[in-house]
Amino acid sequence: MIRHTNLIALYTISRREIVRIVRIWTQTLIPPVITMTLYFVIFGKLIGSQIHEVAGGFTYMQYIVPGLVMMSIINNSYMNISSSFFGAKFQRSVEEMLVAPMANWVILAGYVIGSVARGLVVGLLVLVIALFFTSLHVAHPLVALASVTLGATIFALAGFINAMYAKKFDDIALVPTFVITPLTYLGGVFYSISMLGEPWQAISRINPILYMVNAFRFGILGISDVSVGWAFVVMLAFVAALSILALQLLKRGIGLRS
Amino acid sequence: MTSAPALVVDNLRKTYGNGVEALKGISLTVQPGDFFALLGPNGAGKSTLIGILSSLVNSTSGDAQVFGMSVNTQRSEAMRLIGLVPQEINFNQFEKPFDICVNEAGFYGIPRKIAAQRAEKYLKELRLWDKAQHQAREMSGGMKRRLMIARAMMNEPKLLILDEPTAGVDIEIRRSMWQFVSGINAAGTTVILTTHYLEEAESLCRNIAIIDHGTIVENTSMKRLLATLDVETFILDVTSAPAELPQLPGIILRRTDEHTLEAEMARSRDLNTLFAALSANDIMVNSMRNKTNRLEELFVRLVENGRQAPEAAESKHKGQGKAA
Repeated sequence: MIRHTNLIALYTISRREIVRIVRIWTQTLIPPVITMTLYFVIFGKLIGSQIHEVAGGFTYMQYIVPGLVMMSIINNSYMNISSSFFGAKFQRSVEEMLVAPMANWVILAGYVIGSVARGLVVGLLVLVIALFFTSLHVAHPLVALASVTLGATIFALAGFINAMYAKKFDDIALVPTFVITPLTYLGGVFYSISMLGEPWQAISRINPILYMVNAFRFGILGISDVSVGWAFVVMLAFVAALSILALQLLKRGIGLRS
Repeated sequence: MTSAPALVVDNLRKTYGNGVEALKGISLTVQPGDFFALLGPNGAGKSTLIGILSSLVNSTSGDAQVFGMSVNTQRSEAMRLIGLVPQEINFNQFEKPFDICVNEAGFYGIPRKIAAQRAEKYLKELRLWDKAQHQAREMSGGMKRRLMIARAMMNEPKLLILDEPTAGVDIEIRRSMWQFVSGINAAGTTVILTTHYLEEAESLCRNIAIIDHGTIVENTSMKRLLATLDVETFILDVTSAPAELPQLPGIILRRTDEHTLEAEMARSRDLNTLFAALSANDIMVNSMRNKTNRLEELFVRLVENGRQAPEAAESKHKGQGKAA
């Protein structure tokens, strides 16, 4: 009975989140596509044409496509969950779920599924746009799919935790501005860390986004700055740690129950 | 399970992080099928109690059981039996009423097909069906409150808790809401109501608890409580109220204006005495009505007595201190 309740509740939350993304598609799907198109034009075409081939014999445009796709996935899965869950807190509609008989993991999983869905749809759209600028052959489809799914999940979990602590809308903008954006730009989206000297190469290796970008780049181009196996270990460890933290916060009702 | 009381609150305490003691160990029982009034002034602890029952507030100690299910240790089972209509609007204003109701049912594990049927049924019964596919933010305040009742009915609860559901709602909508809730109660659903409209509580509820400063100051049947009211005040519309009023034994007569008098008298006294005395003094009565709602009068007395008791104890204590 309880399991049945949880499955229907999970379907309800995920469905509601996906319906929301589609309902406000001009805010959720179009802006990241426009931003990434500008990146392709400016960095790939205009500046990239001045750069000769980079690692593995790929053009600079081909090299940055996986990083830009992962960057849009990370940003969108994070923004989706943080704004949607904080919005539910702000309007107090989160109480609908808190007074219901479903388990805490259902609330978390429902929101994460919605955010991962947005991240993957945006990632797919950006990939399609990239094909207007360059040609790509997916080297390892399963690695590519697994890495974007794990990357989106990690940032969906992080966004959920941020939204739990947030007391005002400004609080959900702090992490993207001061944490995600710098880590993304320093996470090997636009360059290979082999171009860096020490200690910057070692410092770069403690940035989790480096592993996500390189795992996906391996999936698409077949090249990576880090061991792909190790990248998956790091990503899975982040998923586990953030899931445990989010569930603990839900159990204690941080920011939700008095 | 069916023989268990609808609600048992056992020595429930809540102290908030800022040190405010909202509930000081309250206990009460509500029987299945009851229409129960939970009254109290603002800040008395009513919403904290409802918050604990609906698991939105964590209790400091004590327990509450809904049809035998503990809200502490059997949360899911207890929540399945409760429908909550909160004081504040708490649905997503950008969603449609139909979707709000169907999603609510989904949170309780009700399949979508059944949820859609129930949403149609309750939105129609609460006269919201024509708004079902509009954004909720387009609805009036009264409609939003009725939507929260429809939403609370989606899991067809055995215990419906209404926290000031008619606040700011006009009289016509209030009546239609009470007609609906009375029907639900007649069909077997236990109802707990908090309201500041005491005439509503008096006419609808069979049992009552009055809470003030986190303690229960009265918990009895409505009939028994009203029977304790020993004084009644009548307003008399008269042809001409004299400046000098007659002295009537056991009746306090006051002149409000040149056409209105107030008569305060013991309930045990018959009204013939009053009319005979007024006739003897050539005062013609055109019409008469009760000054206030009876429950309101009792409510004010109970709350005031509750507040005076600690003050009296405190001044006595100070007096002893001085003597020492």
